[in-house]
Amino acid sequence: MKNWFMLTLVGQDQKGIVAQVTAALYQAGCNLGEASMLRLGGNFSMMLMVNTQAESAALEQLLQPITQTLGLHLHLDTIEGQLHQHQEADVRISVHGADRSGIVAQVTEALAAAGLNIVDLASDVAGSEGEPIYIMQIEGVATQGIDALQAALEPLKQAQEDEDIQVHIAQIETLMM
Amino acid sequence: MSILDILKYPDPRLKNPSEPVTAFDEPLQTLIADLEETMRAGPGGVGIAAPQVGECVRVVMVDVSSKPKIKHHGCLILVNPEITAWDGYAVAREGCMSVPDYTGNVIRAVNISLKAQNAVGDTQEYDMEGYEARAVQHEMDHLDGLLFLDRLVSRRHDLFRRKTYQKKAQ
Repeated sequence: MKNWFMLTLVGQDQKGIVAQVTAALYQAGCNLGEASMLRLGGNFSMMLMVNTQAESAALEQLLQPITQTLGLHLHLDTIEGQLHQHQEADVRISVHGADRSGIVAQVTEALAAAGLNIVDLASDVAGSEGEPIYIMQIEGVATQGIDALQAALEPLKQAQEDEDIQVHIAQIETLMM
Repeated sequence: MSILDILKYPDPRLKNPSEPVTAFDEPLQTLIADLEETMRAGPGGVGIAAPQVGECVRVVMVDVSSKPKIKHHGCLILVNPEITAWDGYAVAREGCMSVPDYTGNVIRAVNISLKAQNAVGDTQEYDMEGYEARAVQHEMDHLDGLLFLDRLVSRRHDLFRRKTYQKKAQ
C-alpha cells in the first residue's frame, strides 16, 4: 500500500477508543504498523502507524464520526514506514525526585550532549497533590558509551538539596541467542 | 560441517515439542557440529536449539564464554537436558535468531541445576547461574515449542531489579 501515516489521537480517556478507531481503519482496508498508546493524566493518547491506499483527507473523513462522538483530536502526518530497523537500547536511565520544573530538560540535555539517543521515555507524576513526585524511565542508545552518560549526570547528582533528584544508569544487556 | 538455515517465527515447526535423543550415532555428531557452526554464525552466537534448524530432537548448545566477567562452563552440548532445581528470578532482555528485529524482557531463574547427556551419551550434572542459566532456559524452551515471545513481560513497567538494595556509603 502506498501511503504510511502517523496517526496521532488524543482525548478524554474512555472505554472503546482503540477498538472503534482500529475497527474503522481495518474495515477501510488499512494495515497497522507499530503503535504506542497510553493514558496520560486522564487523557488517552495514541500514536499509530497506518498503511493505506487512501489519502490523508479520506482517512480523516473515515474517522470523523468516531472522533466527533468520542470527542477526540486527530492528526495525520505522512511518514516513511521504516519497519524492521529497530534500534536496540543499550542503556536505561531511571530518574525520580520531588516534582519540580526542569527535571526532564536538565536530565535529557545532559544526556543528549553525552551522546544518548532516546528510543523510549515514559514518565509519571505520582505521590499526592500536595507532594507530587516525578518518575521517569528512559531507554536509549549510548552512542558515546555509558561512561560518558554517567559523567554527564554527575553535576546533576550533586545539585542542591532542594533540587535533589535520583538518577540511576544501568546497562541493558541483551542476550542474543 | 555446514551452516544450516534458521527457522523463523511464525514457522509452525518452532511450536513442535522435540523428541528425546536415543541414538548417539554419526548423524547426531553431524547435527551437533552443524549446530555449533550455525550458532557461531548467528548475530549473538551464545546458544542454539536443534528445532531452530528444523530437527525436532532434544539437543541444545550454549556457549556464553564470549561474555566478559561471568561464570560459565565453556561450550556446552546438552542432549536430553532436564532442569532439576531452580532458584531466584530476574528480568533481562533476550533476542533470538528465530525472531529477528525484536528483543523483549523475560523472567528466568537465576540459578539452575541441570542434568543432561553429552554428545556420546554420558550423563553430566551442572550448577549454573546468570547468563549461562538464562541461555540454557531460553534454548530448552525451544525443545518444548516455546519462544521467548511466549514469556514476555512489559517493556515499560519491567522489574529491573537493582543488584544491591543498600546505598553505598559515600
